[in-house]
Formats: sequence, structure tokens, C-alpha cells
Amino acid sequence: MIYREAGDFKTGYRADGQTFPIRLDRWGYYAALAVAFGIIPFVINNYWANAVLVPFLIYAIAALGLNILTGYAGQVSLGTGGFMAVGAYAVYKLMTSFPEVSILIHILLAGGITAAVGVLFGLPSLRIKGFYLAVATLAAQFFLVWLFNKVPWFYNYSASGQINAPTRTVMDIAVTGPTASAPAKYLVCLVFAFALAWLARNLTRGSLGRKWMAIRDMDIAAEIIGVDPLRAKLSAFAVSSFFIGIAGALLFAVYLGAAEVGEAFGINKSFLVLFMIIIGGLGSIFGSFAGAAFLVVLPVLLKNVFVGGMGWPTDLAAHIELMIVGLLIMVFLIVEPHGLARLWSLAKEKLRLWPFPH
Amino acid sequence: MDQLYFAAEVMVNGLMTGVMYALVALGFVLIFKASGVFNFAQGVMALFAAMTLVGIQQGQIPFAHLINAVFGTHLHNFGWTVPSLLAILLTACVMVLLAFLIEKLVLQHLVGQEPIILFMATIGLAYFLEGFGDVMWGAEIKALDVGLPQGISDTVDELTLNWLGYGFFIDRLDIWATVIAALLVTALVLFAQYTKQGRAMRAVADDHQAALSVGISLRFIWVMVWSIAGFVALVAGIMWGTKSGVQFSLSLIALKALPVLMLGGFTSIPGAIVGGLIIGVGEKLFEFFAGPLIGGATETWFAYVLALIFLVFRPQGLFGERIIERV
Repeated sequence: MIYREAGDFKTGYRADGQTFPIRLDRWGYYAALAVAFGIIPFVINNYWANAVLVPFLIYAIAALGLNILTGYAGQVSLGTGGFMAVGAYAVYKLMTSFPEVSILIHILLAGGITAAVGVLFGLPSLRIKGFYLAVATLAAQFFLVWLFNKVPWFYNYSASGQINAPTRTVMDIAVTGPTASAPAKYLVCLVFAFALAWLARNLTRGSLGRKWMAIRDMDIAAEIIGVDPLRAKLSAFAVSSFFIGIAGALLFAVYLGAAEVGEAFGINKSFLVLFMIIIGGLGSIFGSFAGAAFLVVLPVLLKNVFVGGMGWPTDLAAHIELMIVGLLIMVFLIVEPHGLARLWSLAKEKLRLWPFPH
Repeated sequence: MDQLYFAAEVMVNGLMTGVMYALVALGFVLIFKASGVFNFAQGVMALFAAMTLVGIQQGQIPFAHLINAVFGTHLHNFGWTVPSLLAILLTACVMVLLAFLIEKLVLQHLVGQEPIILFMATIGLAYFLEGFGDVMWGAEIKALDVGLPQGISDTVDELTLNWLGYGFFIDRLDIWATVIAALLVTALVLFAQYTKQGRAMRAVADDHQAALSVGISLRFIWVMVWSIAGFVALVAGIMWGTKSGVQFSLSLIALKALPVLMLGGFTSIPGAIVGGLIIGVGEKLFEFFAGPLIGGATETWFAYVLALIFLVFRPQGLFGERIIERV
């Protein structure tokens, strides 16, 4: 039969606890990976890489990070843009200070630095929660952006105040800077997105993830049954910031190539990533990808329809896009607070019973 | 001595700015008390109100941009101007209508959801309203003039020059804003204390279910509170719009109102006022003393960091109700 657990015999606990218990899902997952790694790099062109795929992968990483903090550990953060800026500036300083070290290591280190900053700004979460915390994270957002604007050391005293990514290679292929090709950029982002998604999935179903969810559901009750809120909350901030820092580093080094902090990492970026996880689904790995895909593709699509198809001026299209995004957020929260991921799992439930639902 | 007077002048100006912050914060507190919704869209409501006011005043055709794009016409103005007072009244009506629609289309469907879901819904509302306002009235920066006096007050300058030997520069608009804010707060407090609707509002704030069981209509109260918040947004929009033009940055002031609230406590009207004053004075003085040392433009983050540090020591704010949690 199609799409059934029946007939797919598990012979051990490992097989029983796997992420995709249904054979068809598993095949779908491997097929998606095969397409992503084996086919797309050979057919990708600059337009698709720059408009859709690279930003999708980068924002998916950021959404994963925020989802760990907000969806799994229940700590709402509006500081995503600021933390992405930390990742971007960390990787910039590392790239320019140690040019001989591999860029991949720099990106990981940038994530680590962001994690440290994240823990620092996560400290208030031990005292405050809910939207008090959300506002407190705004402090991180505004302070970090101001810091990177005002301290010239961070942008190597360049006259424009901008940071520009120099060319760096992985196995002699340029992945950053103006000469990087579309497949190279795409593959770097894909490798990070894949590895981090795998990490996130396994962290969230392990003991750490359970502690986060216990804190999210009720922190006092969690404390009583023996979850240390200090370690649970701060580890959530650290892991989340690590992801977001890597996303920021990739966004600057691989995707944008040049960035001005207020523009590239402003408060709007924080909201964008928050919207991704609301639309995609709070507390879901798949949701992070779905939400990122949705909000990356939507503006491209709307622009093609309104400006390309109907010939409207771009500013009008931009305003209508704002309206549509706002409307979608409200509709999703009202109709399906668990987002696209929930719709997806409902569809799977239905499929399991199809064609005999009774 | 001059340095001291200068610092005092900075402080007085900070107080005036603080009043403006308090005005926006007031709208938050009202809605939060009555419906438990943390209304992120308050700032965009102020922007929307100011845009609508300018649009009505100058006789702009709503959605002109969209209509032109769809039908290829070149509409722009009706060709009349509306007197300020009438325009303000009409805008107030629009805000009431908006409150009604928000309650009907959004809040009603979110009753009983977690506060954080409601908060995120209002972020969506903020985005929607921002786009809607731009489509309706156009996104360009507009000048707003409803006849409020502007410019440096000569009277204050002369008075202080005679008394202290140092002329204080204070904008007349700021003085008016302070007076209007004081009147507004007094009116709101009187309304909440002495009218039937005001009492019903406080009852709802205390306990939704108990209020329902004594026959208070929750929906009516919510529409009313959102209308009042819309009106407060209109007043704030007029003040800020006159001061710095009607533009997108107006909605960012709402973000500034958040630390104000955290200082003052989310549930307290006097808290909003005091918090606003502390933030206003604090950021101006900090910029004055520490700004030159660390690069300036500290106003963007000072308020948040102050609130953050403050919250670590006193999570409920200055005047907020004590937070008690049980399993």
C-alpha cells in the first residue's frame, strides 16, 4: 500500500525512533536531498541563485535558529537582526584578519561569537518573560546596530562605513566576493543549511530539546520537575544565536557581498524572520524551511505579477506586499496558529487513511 | 554656570519629549488593561491617523495611486480643502470605524489565545495598516498643520533671560503638547473613574469573566477601548506629525514607547507618564553627557538598555501590579 506504516517492519529502537517513520516520506526526503545536492548545482543560474535559492537557504537557517528560541524554548526575540549583524561583522573581521584560514571555519567561529553575545543578552530572560523579554531583546537589536555603526574598528575604518566581503575560496573555488559563481554560493549555503537542520532536529528531540519545551510550556512547573531554567534558557539562547550568527555570516559574505548595518540588519530583518516562523510553524523544523521559502518567494512572485504582469509602479507593489504579508500573519494566527507545518502534518494524516477514511 | 543651565535646558526639552512618548504609551496601556492585548500597532495607528488627517484636510482622493495604476487615470485631488477641526472629527470617525473592524475581524477570532499570539497578531496588523495607509494616501512625507503654534517660544526665552541671565530655548509646540497631554490624561482618568462605561472598562480589565457575568458586553468595551486608543493615536499623530512631518519614522516612536511601558509597568496610566518622562530626560541627558565620548546617536538604544537593566531588578516596572505565578 502507499503511504502506510504497515509492512514497514522496525527491528530496533533506532529504527522505531527515526524522523521519517513512513517509507514514502523517507524516500521523498532522500529524493529531495539528491535533487538539492546532485541536480540543482548543475542547472542553477544567477537569477535563481540570487533571487530565490540562496536567500531561502540563509533565511531557513535564521528561521531554524529563531524557532529553537521562540518555538521550542518559548522565549520571544525581536533581536534577530542584531544577532545576524554580529555574525556578519564577526566573519568580516575574521576574514580580513586571518585570510589564510578557511572561510568555512570563519563562518563557524562567527556563529560561536554570536552564541556568546546571545547568551549575554539572554541573561535577562531569567528574570523576565513574554513580551517584556521581547522588548528587552529590542535593546540587543538597537544597541548592536548602533555599535557596528559607531565603532570604526568593526568595519576596518573604511570611509563608507560599509563592509565588503573579499574573495575567499573553498578547494580553490571562490565562494565569496564578486567572482563567486552561483553553484558555489548555493552549495556552501546548502551544506550549512543541511548540517544545521540535522543538528536542530537531533537537538530538539533529545534531552536538551525536551528541557526547552518544558520551559516553554510552563517554566515554573519545569523547574519543579528538575529542569534548571538557567541552563535551559541560556542554552536555547546560545544554540539559537549560533544558528542566527551563521545565517548572518552567510547573508553578508556569500549573498550580499557588501553590507551597511542599519540597512541589512535593521529591525525589519528581525520581524521578517519572526514572520517566517509564525507562517511556517512555531516549534517545527519543516516549518522553518516552509516559512522561509514562503516569505522569500512571495515578494518575487508579487513583483512579477504586479510590476511585470500588470505594469504597476514598484512602490505601489511594495505597499501591497506589506498589506498582504500583514494580512497573512493575521489569517495564519487566526486560522492555523501552528502554521504551514501543521497543514502539512494534517495532510499527511489524511493521506495515511486515504482512500478509506473510516 | 552656563554649562549647568544648558544641562537644565536639555533636561526640560527631554521632559517635553517624554510627554510625547507618554502620549503613545498611554494608548498601549489602555488597550492592555482592557483586553490584555499588547498592541504593537499603536505607533502605526498614530501614523495612519496622521496620514488620514492630512489626506482629508487636503482633499486627497483615497487609493488614488491604485486607481490610477489600474484604470490608467490621473486622479489626485478632489480639489477642496477641509477645515482642520472638521478634518480631525472625520479622522476620529475613521479611527472608530477602524477599531470596530479590528475587533470584528481580528480580535473576536483570537479570544482566549495566549498573549504572545495576540501580540504577534498586532505585529501583523501593524504591517497591514502601514501598507494600507501607504496605498490609501501615498507614502511621501507630508507636512501636517492643524494650526498649532510652532517655533521657539519668545516668552520663555525672555522670562528666563531676565530671571536667570540665560535664555531657555523651548519649542512652543512642545509646550502645547504638554498641555494637551495633561488634559487628555485628566479626561481619561475622569472617564475611567466616574462614568458608567469607564467603570465597565475597569471591570473588564480586572476580570473578563466576572465582567461578563454581571452583564457587561465585552465586545462593546473592546470596540470602545480601541476607539479611545485610536483617538489617543490621533492626538499623538498630530503632535509628532506637526513636529517632524508625517512619515514612516512616526511608527518607530511606538517602539520607543515600549521601554517607557516597561519602566512604568504595563498596567498603570501614571506609570506611562512617569516612565515617559524618565526615558525622555534620561536619553537627552545621556546623549548630552556621554554621547560625545562614545560616538553620539545614543538615543536609538539608550531607552531600551535602561529598561533592560531596570527590568532585571524590578520585573513589574515602577507602578505595575506584582507578578505572581502559580503552577
